[in-house]
Parts: sequence; structure tokens; C-alpha cells
Amino acid sequence: MSAGHAGTNVLHHPGDSPVHRLPPQVKIVAALLTVIGVVATPREEFWAFGGYLVLVVTVWRMARVPVSHFAKRALIEVPFVVIALLMPLLGGAAGALAGWNILAKGTLGVLTSLTLAATTTPRELIVGLQRLRTPAMLTTIATLMLRYLEVIAAEARRMRLARISRGHDPRFLWQVGATARGIGALFIRSYERGERVHLAMVSRGWRGAMPDRGVAASPATWLAGLTPVLVTAAVLGTAVLVP
Amino acid sequence: MTPALLVKGLAFAYPDGHQALYGIDLRVEPGERVAVLGPNGAGKTTLALHLNGVHTAGAGTIEVAGLPVTKVNLHEIRRRVGLVFQDPDDQLFMQTVGEDVAFGPANFGLKGAELDARVHQALAAVGMTDHIDRSPLHLSGGQRRRVALATVLACDPEILVLDEPSANLEPVARRELAEVLLSLGRTTLMVTHDLPYALQLCPRSVLIDDGVVVADGPTGDLLADSELLAAHRLELPFGFRLD
Repeated sequence: MSAGHAGTNVLHHPGDSPVHRLPPQVKIVAALLTVIGVVATPREEFWAFGGYLVLVVTVWRMARVPVSHFAKRALIEVPFVVIALLMPLLGGAAGALAGWNILAKGTLGVLTSLTLAATTTPRELIVGLQRLRTPAMLTTIATLMLRYLEVIAAEARRMRLARISRGHDPRFLWQVGATARGIGALFIRSYERGERVHLAMVSRGWRGAMPDRGVAASPATWLAGLTPVLVTAAVLGTAVLVP
Repeated sequence: MTPALLVKGLAFAYPDGHQALYGIDLRVEPGERVAVLGPNGAGKTTLALHLNGVHTAGAGTIEVAGLPVTKVNLHEIRRRVGLVFQDPDDQLFMQTVGEDVAFGPANFGLKGAELDARVHQALAAVGMTDHIDRSPLHLSGGQRRRVALATVLACDPEILVLDEPSANLEPVARRELAEVLLSLGRTTLMVTHDLPYALQLCPRSVLIDDGVVVADGPTGDLLADSELLAAHRLELPFGFRLD
């Protein structure tokens, strides 16, 4: 019954900075609006994207999360970078501009999401979504997923060990049958567990909504948390309105 | 006096046609601790799931402290009947022990300081107060079992229903759980095929097989009747003697 231990969350960078302490719902709204601002910026306004990058780096400084943390995790973007770099070869000057558009907006979007993930635990994210009135069913599913991911992963590890202990060594394609059946068995087990968890929840009076024990954020907190959005809006406004 | 639990002529068939219960009669007085014994597949867990209305009786009636188990009463019935499931991983689904213990009473309308007090009280009763902020994933099997018990105690039930409480527990954890259960002084129905545990905890036992009650009496007398036990696929562990 010893499931895996903590440390599986690679995106979060624990800390106690003003950014970490902000209520999660404020951070979610701030990240979303910032990304919308970035996407809405005309691609020819090169300086504006520089401004956004300075903004993101400033938030990192305040959160006391090292740049290397983000650099490593931003590698997920590499396939898009490759596409962006191919664009000029395929489409000339217009292609280069389109490639730059993907590269700049994609990178800033990834960095903003990583900033949110680095300063907010998954649990807090769910609480934040709940306070933003996300449908209860979605937040409940997310809560259960967080809790049972490790339980199911541990179950899968035990099943794999049991297979290996009986001499299973899938090195060739035609040997993966046992692994596939193992995944099928895992699915059934998880499904049955889902039913039992549901029964246990219903038995404790659950009627479809998770009890919310959080507190609302004050207007001052909202203002502080949305400062990056105000900066984004200012940059965007200048880029759009100033010729 | 109103019995804590009154079951009359309870019959139930699963949707696939399998008849699990053929007419169960059971009366439990307030403060009593009763073991429900029987081999695998005898209908013990099915009975337990009827007591809080998870299953709806095909025939017969159930009353919990005078309140009949019907659709309109279901929410109050689930508060009155505290069901502790066999696998604590099915019961503990929140991110921290404290949140999990608060889940039930919050569903039943408790808030703020009253809710916090209830959570602390329940955790203190099982000796787990120090673990309030930990994830259930990082507890031992015995600790999880005790937290699962606390999640139900926090609802302040009239009757505790435990499904195989000693399953998968090491000897020390088993003894610790027994001490906790004895200290609670609550009406308890314990579903088990762990006969020594039944003898230790419950002065009275009910033997169920093939969906009917086949014996009801002092636990010591039932366990001394080796013919009765053998007829229902039960036996005392090797080396165990009733003195």
C-alpha cells in the first residue's frame, strides 16, 4: 500500500514570496489576461514583446524562482520553435514574420503558464478555479485526478514488477501483448476504484459539490495581483494606439 | 427504548439477478458492539451498504435510531450511519488529512470554527492530530485506517459501521485500532471474518450466510461452536484457543 512519495510535481517551485502568497484565483486571472494581451499585440511591434519579457522576468525576480527553472521546462516548446524557424524558408519575408509571431507569442505564453505553475501548487490551482466559479464537476474531477494519479501509478508499478518477476521482458514489438493487457486490467481496476470512491463520498453526504473552505480575496489583493496585467494593457495600448 | 438499528425482513438482489440477501432481521441497541460474521460472499458488505441507503432494499425495512431509511431521509440517514470502507484509499480522497476529515461534516452543514473543532475532535479521538496537514498518501496503513475512521467520526454518527477494519493491518496497527474503537463507546457494527478481532471487540455476534442470519448470540459462544463455524466456512486461526 505504500504509494509513491512527494516530489512528483516538477512544475512547482516551493517558496514563500509575495507571488507565492497571492490567492490562486488572482494568479489564474492575471495569467489568463496577460496571455490574452500578448496574443492581441500586433506582431510588427517588436519592442512590445521585449516589454512583456521584462515583465515576466520581473515577476520571476519577485517570486525568487531562478531563470534556469523556467529555461529547462520551456523546452516543451521546441517543436513549435522548429516550425517557426522553418517558416522563413518556406514563405520568405511574410513567412519570417509569421514564424516570429508564433515564436514570440508561444514563448511568452509558455513562460506565463510556467510562472503560474511554479508559484501555485496544483491543489491551490483547483481551489482558485473553484472560487472563480468553475463548474463543480470539473473541479471535483481535477481533485480526484490529483489524489489518485499517484495511487494508480503505484498500482501500475506493482503490476509491472509482478510481470517482470514472472520473467516478462518485452524487448520486441510482438511481446507487448502482456503490457497491453496489463493496461487494460489497470483501467478496470481504476474504474472499480472510482465506483468505490464515489460510494464513500456519497456515504459522507456528498451531493455533487465540494465544500469550499476558502476565503475571498480583498480588492487590494486583486489590484496587487493584477499589476502585471495593467502593465501588459499599457504596453498593448501603446503598441496599438501610438503610430 | 428506540433501538439504534432495526432491520426487518431485508431482501436484495443485484441488477444482474444475483440475490444477495434473503430476509435479514437484526436489532442493535444503543451502545452495543456487534460483529457481523460470515464467509466471503455471504452478503455482509451488501448489508452494510443498505444501512446508509447506498443500496435500496428490495423488500423489508431499516430504521436508524427510529428514522426509516427512505429517499426523503437519505441525507440525515447518511449522517447517522458512519460507514468506514475496507480500503482507506477509497475513503481518503482529499489532498490533506484535515480536508478529508472536514469533508463529511461540511457536507452536513458545519462551517468555520465549529467545523474546525469537529475535525480536531475526530482526529484526537484516533490519535492523529499531528498529521492534520499531511497527505493521506504518506501515511502508513494503520494510520490511514485511523484517519478513515476519523472522517466518519467527524460526522458524529449514531452508529459506526466498519467493513473489515482489520484487513491488511500489521499486528501493532491492529491492536492500536482496537484500542481506539474500544475507547469510542459508540454503537458499532463490525463486518469481518477476523474471528479473534470480533471476540476482542464485540460482545455479541451475528453470523450471516447465503443472505440470512444463521446465528445470533454472545461472540464467545458462537466461536466455541466449531460445527457451526465449519458449516459456514469459518474457522479460528491456527493455534488460537478460546479460554
